[in-house]
Amino acid sequence: MSRRLSPAFVLMALLVAVVVAGPLLTPYAPNAQLDIIALRSQAPSLAHPFGTDAVSRDVLSRVLDGGRVSLALAILSVSLSLVVGTLYGAMSTLAGGVVDSTMRRLLDVALSIPRLLVLLAVGALWGALSFPALVLLIGFTGWFDTARLVTDELRALRAQEFSLAARAMGVRGPRLLWRHLLPHLLPTLVITASFGVAGTIALEAGLSYLGLGIQAPQASWGTILRDGAGVVQSEWWLSLFPGLATVFAVLACNALGDALRERFAPNHVPRRATSRDTAPIPMTGTTSPSAFSPSRTVRP
Amino acid sequence: MRVLQSVAVVFSAASLAFVLLQLAPGDPATALGEGISPELRATIRAQYGLDDSLATQYGRWLWSLLRGELGWSRDQHRPVAAVLADALPRSLFLMGCALSVSLAGGMLIGAWQGARAGSRRDRTTSTALLVLYSLPEFWLALVLLVVFAHHLGWLPATGITDETYRYMSTRQQFVDRVRHLVLPLTSLSLVGVAVFARYQRHAMQESMTQAFVRTARAKGLTESAVRRQAWRSALLPVITVTGLMLPALITGAVFVERVFAWPGMGFAMIRAIEARDYPVVSAGVILGSAVTALGAALADIAREIADPRLRTP
Amino acid sequence: MTISATRDSTTAPDRPLLDVHALKIAFPSEHGVARAVDGVSFTVSRGESVCVVGESGCGKSLTALSLLRLVPPPGRIESGSRITFDGADILTLDDERLRDIRGQHMAMIFQEPMTALNPVLTVGDQIAEVLRVHTTLSRQETWARTVDMLAQVGIADAGARAKQYPHELSGGMRQRVMIAMALIMSPKLVIADEPTTALDVTIQAQILELLRDLRARTGMALLLITHDLGVVAEMASRVIVMYAGRVVEEADVEDLFAAPSHPYTEGLLAAIPKLGQEEERLQTISGSVPPPTALPSGCTFRDRCPYAFARCATEEPALLQVGSAHRARCHLVEEPARRAVRHDVVRT
Repeated sequence: MSRRLSPAFVLMALLVAVVVAGPLLTPYAPNAQLDIIALRSQAPSLAHPFGTDAVSRDVLSRVLDGGRVSLALAILSVSLSLVVGTLYGAMSTLAGGVVDSTMRRLLDVALSIPRLLVLLAVGALWGALSFPALVLLIGFTGWFDTARLVTDELRALRAQEFSLAARAMGVRGPRLLWRHLLPHLLPTLVITASFGVAGTIALEAGLSYLGLGIQAPQASWGTILRDGAGVVQSEWWLSLFPGLATVFAVLACNALGDALRERFAPNHVPRRATSRDTAPIPMTGTTSPSAFSPSRTVRP
Repeated sequence: MRVLQSVAVVFSAASLAFVLLQLAPGDPATALGEGISPELRATIRAQYGLDDSLATQYGRWLWSLLRGELGWSRDQHRPVAAVLADALPRSLFLMGCALSVSLAGGMLIGAWQGARAGSRRDRTTSTALLVLYSLPEFWLALVLLVVFAHHLGWLPATGITDETYRYMSTRQQFVDRVRHLVLPLTSLSLVGVAVFARYQRHAMQESMTQAFVRTARAKGLTESAVRRQAWRSALLPVITVTGLMLPALITGAVFVERVFAWPGMGFAMIRAIEARDYPVVSAGVILGSAVTALGAALADIAREIADPRLRTP
Repeated sequence: MTISATRDSTTAPDRPLLDVHALKIAFPSEHGVARAVDGVSFTVSRGESVCVVGESGCGKSLTALSLLRLVPPPGRIESGSRITFDGADILTLDDERLRDIRGQHMAMIFQEPMTALNPVLTVGDQIAEVLRVHTTLSRQETWARTVDMLAQVGIADAGARAKQYPHELSGGMRQRVMIAMALIMSPKLVIADEPTTALDVTIQAQILELLRDLRARTGMALLLITHDLGVVAEMASRVIVMYAGRVVEEADVEDLFAAPSHPYTEGLLAAIPKLGQEEERLQTISGSVPPPTALPSGCTFRDRCPYAFARCATEEPALLQVGSAHRARCHLVEEPARRAVRHDVVRT
């Protein structure tokens, strides 16, 4: 395994282990108010390594539980984005011609509208959202990058010789797409997913912090941060630990994405990027000037 | 073509804002004002033409936007346009500074790294950048706030100027502004530095492997002159990225403004959300999209300047 | 203004301009050390035109790159190699003196002009850069010479062309630009690494003619790397044949074509399709070039040689004298009788 891959995998494994197993190991339930008189707002101690919050809940347990929620949200919504994006991209490429260019233009427009602003608008109108609604919302606002990525890559792949050869042999349309082109897309999609999860974890934390994401009393890293928002100085542990957890999770996903990209897609050239909170698009290997036509990619 | 695209973006954003409003639960009249009596609601509905057909409403919406009428902020008791006129320049200022810092810093670090790709220094820098890149902006802002404003007291925690601003001399005013700018700027630009550095590094690394680098050496150029040539070629991807980083910049700005109470668009929007003041929010969406579209167009122009291959003959 | 003739050199007139001795270039690879160039020696005299010919992978390009110390890492020029140019020891030269030689006294023309030119700079700027690095001429003078040089290499409307970018020019013109870049300082030795391979056949002829013409006018020495025997016939006065990182034959061009000594050269010449040829099948050299990490013992060519005999497997032949200026690395030089025994090459 390459040099870069191993530490990334270790990080990820650690993250997954902590998130999956952690809540089973903590002594307290995440929402249990242990002793509202004696144990509220305690600084970190041996009994409560991450301290307690204003209603005497153990912060460590909440962080571990919150990890599950944050991660679940991220993985689910990114999966949704990937599926929708790939479908859109594939259909666009299949259709070809005017339909294809129109669909791509629509993508460009969609990518120009900052995602957070839309989420804020929804938040303003609908207020708090349930978990499934959140997954859908974040998923359906995040597929544009994937779609762009897919259209660009498919287009480039279609022009390559191996697909010309396949078409010369009579393979066409959906079959060409499914058997010949999509497999090439797989590494790219996995890398995209990696970075996507990273971005979504951060996004969720931010949204919940603003009060628009996961709602109290459910723990998520963002809600704990929100709890600690007014008392950042005095009850610093409410802001530090969920933040560190978020950074750790995001870092693990980014590192994985980086390592995968080095391994599977080393010769990539940036096309267009998009906002931070979505997955990066590894750029295809074409270095011709036309490759720089506007397309959305994501952070490297 | 670009102009058309930008217009389409703004148009779509406006339409989206309209659609969302229509789809939202409850009466749009409620969104415009909560807890009101049925008669008042009826009056409002009539006043805003909410009983007209969707098409008519849509048309009216677009028309008023075109005229620059962005509605009334219930919360701030003044036209939304006035709110924006105050807030937008401040946001643009902050974002502009942050973008400049990120670009400059990122390009320097990235170019430095790219020319030494594979070396130990390059790898450590990459790891550091990865960590930086993984920090949520708002959390970084919080940390900086606690450490530098609360704990060390070196820099002010919130706002754009001090309360005693109007009593200061011009020089003091300038210093005060700078002091208030430092923390928000750092929070917003630090992550940006990581983004640009990563892109620039990759582009520079690629550039250094190009055949023309060998030609440059064969001509007798010094290594630094060779690197400079390679860097010219590595500019393009970074410029491309800049145009596309704008939505991310806006996202970051919203959070940073919230943490530091920087009275820009983001702050206004968040406040509006908490107060259920939708006109401000929708104006924010539209304006944010406009800024992004404009920025992307500017970046396209810059790209053509940087790479002669893209210039249409 | 014509191109100035090469300036007087510092070495004595009878000493060769370029003296390559026992050049070894190695690449570390996962299968062991790859000896890409394994003990290559040759000389180039002042004003001479020498061609190095061989298949892809025989090490000829690397040899050329090493002359200017441009071998890309992880390739390394091994100790024991010596390259002397105009009295200077290239391999131990300090960076500043090396840069002085590059572009000014020894210049190189690369194979792919599209990638070898910087796409974001005008061709004029790239040529002028050579002057900026090596002279202290004013900007106007620099530009004037650049435009003049472009005209010399046969580009019409040179003044306007100089302001264009590489992608705006045709392949042939780009190569002319590269030639202009190489020749503008009137170097004593020009190395051309497959200068026509990437071009159309008609353009090839023009470029070669240009090179011949410029050589006649300036008296520069030319070291031409190619795999095309046709180019060799047109351009060379002396030929060096390389195989698997070694020199296997060297001779004057007429001798080489008339009476090749090494079986490899024989094979190369035989493989050229000739008009009026009666056989239907083209002659080939069976087998393929062995990988540099797994060279056969004894003579490296023996697996593909129709004359190979016992000695070939155990003893590597030295470069033996065939005629006054003709040498070949083959046991047949000492045992010419064996030439009568041809056998089919066993396909490995």
